[in-house]
Amino acid sequence: MSKSIFIKSIKLFLIITIICGIIYPLIITGISQVFFKDKANGSIVEVKGVKYGSELLGQQYTGNEYMWGRIMNISTSTFSDKEGNPVMYASPSNKTPASKEYKELIANRVKKINETNPSAKEDKIPVDLVTCSGSGLDPHISVAAADYQVERIATSRNMKTDDVQKIIDKYTSSRLFGVFGEKVVNVLEVNLALDGILK
Amino acid sequence: MLNTIIQYTLYLVILILLAIPLGIYIGKVMDGEKVLLTKLVAPFEKLIYRILHIDREDDMSWKRYAACILWISGVSFVVLFIMLMLQGFLPLNPAKVKGMSWHLAFNTAISFITNTNWQAYSGETGASYFTQMIGLTVQNFVSAAVGIAVLFAVIRGFIRTKKDKIGNFFVDFTRIILYILIPMSVIVSIFIVSQGVVQNFHTYETVKLVEPITLEDGTVVTEEMVPMGPAASQIAIKQLGTNGGGFFGTNSAFPLENPTALSNLIEMLSILLIPAALCFTFGRNVKDAKQGRAIFAAMFTVLVIALISVAVSEQFGTKQLENGGSVNLSAVSQAGGNMEGKEARFGMASSNTWSVFTTAASNGSVNAMLDSYTPLGGMVLMLLMQLGEVIFGGVGCGLYGMLGFAILTVFIAGLMVGRTPEYLGKKIEPFEMKMGVLACLATPVAILIGSGIAAAIPSIVDSLNNTGAHGFSELLYTYSSAGGNNGSAFAGFAADKLFINVSLGLCMLFARFAPMLAMLAAAGSLAKKKKVAATSGTLSTSNFMFVGLLIFVILLIGALSFFPALALGPIAEHLKMIG
Repeated sequence: MSKSIFIKSIKLFLIITIICGIIYPLIITGISQVFFKDKANGSIVEVKGVKYGSELLGQQYTGNEYMWGRIMNISTSTFSDKEGNPVMYASPSNKTPASKEYKELIANRVKKINETNPSAKEDKIPVDLVTCSGSGLDPHISVAAADYQVERIATSRNMKTDDVQKIIDKYTSSRLFGVFGEKVVNVLEVNLALDGILK
Repeated sequence: MLNTIIQYTLYLVILILLAIPLGIYIGKVMDGEKVLLTKLVAPFEKLIYRILHIDREDDMSWKRYAACILWISGVSFVVLFIMLMLQGFLPLNPAKVKGMSWHLAFNTAISFITNTNWQAYSGETGASYFTQMIGLTVQNFVSAAVGIAVLFAVIRGFIRTKKDKIGNFFVDFTRIILYILIPMSVIVSIFIVSQGVVQNFHTYETVKLVEPITLEDGTVVTEEMVPMGPAASQIAIKQLGTNGGGFFGTNSAFPLENPTALSNLIEMLSILLIPAALCFTFGRNVKDAKQGRAIFAAMFTVLVIALISVAVSEQFGTKQLENGGSVNLSAVSQAGGNMEGKEARFGMASSNTWSVFTTAASNGSVNAMLDSYTPLGGMVLMLLMQLGEVIFGGVGCGLYGMLGFAILTVFIAGLMVGRTPEYLGKKIEPFEMKMGVLACLATPVAILIGSGIAAAIPSIVDSLNNTGAHGFSELLYTYSSAGGNNGSAFAGFAADKLFINVSLGLCMLFARFAPMLAMLAAAGSLAKKKKVAATSGTLSTSNFMFVGLLIFVILLIGALSFFPALALGPIAEHLKMIG
């Protein structure tokens, strides 16, 4: 009796493995590759054959002429390319926001931002610019965090603030149905547009 | 701010609106009635029964039902354990991921067969496509279906009179997968791929950095890694089946796992959809909808209280973050609040709702890093797991766990008014009571013994990412997650160590199977009893007072078990923070 349920369990396990582990993912892959090819392959921004990042993965920007994103916890030891060179990846901080150590961390970030954004010094710094994200690779910042940087970017590029603002507006996505999620700016797209790569 | 409140409210409203019809659908499926998908699915279902030589009417005793579960879980464990260690030699491994150590494989295999999905590895570097698809995705289905099947066996214990059989496990299991889990997973997968979740078998892609990074030793890094894989198909079921194990290391915070507000809405609702629907199914199948609504009301009340607590605590943020007023935490043109560990596109409402849903249900997927929550916000999330994962809880197991608490409650109430306790027309006698207590206490026991032993081991300090009280919170959270079969983490905790892997594995096993076997045994005993007619003296189990009592019993057991531990962790941290 118990031998029969043992054999049935093994058979059922194999059948479910074939259905859920092979057929189901393959069907979804097929549908995805036919209908949502770019999306299913990492939303890579490709211009004239060069892959300029994924629009869904953040990068680190430190130059005054670029829009900055969330604070990044860069790792160059996680991955390497075919030649063995280090490749950038990032992880969240997992720091408690209630510790003394964290207080000092924030104070340093505030100081650095104040030094490079003298025109915005009297404004409070939007929280996105001093915090690490959940994925470590957040591609977005809030509208407040983008607005805060307009003047710095315009000055260091000799552009009109209106032109910088226009680019930012173009790569700002609003809430779903005007309600869900947050209105955010895609930092990579803004920077590629500033560099004239995205038009 | 107004928008944030509207978002919180709508998330809850949509959940209820979807859960009610789904509950009816699941009820029909499990009663063997005709549903929309019958024509399409029935031929496959019949084929499976023919291969297995199963007669649909051939019911099982509770012991036989339990034996089937232990066999299929055992086979799953052995196959997965071997697969994880050998993945380096198996196909579909473009990232050249190596095999896991025996203890990491032990931990991971138990984690996935117990519906916990605790992950001491990171998906993009620790699991091959073969493992993710043929190993882990399959267990996401199997462990979820086992949980739901047991629930229906327990429900039959209440419905049936003078019988000693509680259903056929193979039939229940097959129908749950074919009629419920696969169709829902297909819909969710396609939706989230359309938003940008990856689904392919390509090699990881390298892309050019806009601004190259110069390392301290002078090396210039010019590329970024974009990981790939058959992610969407696994993410759909890990959300729906309260599994929670991410395809990628940072789970649904990772943009390629959860790219937009729409993908977030769908993934987030999927966490609680089946657990909430099952409350209504329960009411329908015991032929007293009020009973289902009462259980739902109790769960929902605690959920809302938890959500409000977390939302307020996170929106306020901390003074360490505010930095004397130089950082803007207001909700104007930004989400504001404690954004450490949260994604900009999700902000406050979508992150906090997710975190509460995922710890209430024993899902454990995250879209924000819980380690970086404020002390009190993090404490509420921890407490939701410590309550025994019955605030909706895991698919099936949350509700049968709750029925354990309901048995406890009628017993306590019965003592107070001096009557023999009854639930759903069945007399609750010492045997059911013992099983109920076992089901309710398995989680606290697993958590407290596990974290107690771990805290006494000096080398555990090396695993902590934060110091002081928060370091202790990381440890307590880890064992709460295993003991609640949840799987989420204060992820700074470095968990891939021999002692931690093995001890968490044992916690997960105990917390999964002790309540399951206890409730099956109770169901076997209940099915044999006759129904007692309700009289004017019968304690109603569907009114406001019972809901209140039930919540009281749950909170009482949780508070008594965990207050000392919480005082050393999050409460101490909070007091230090404001001091």
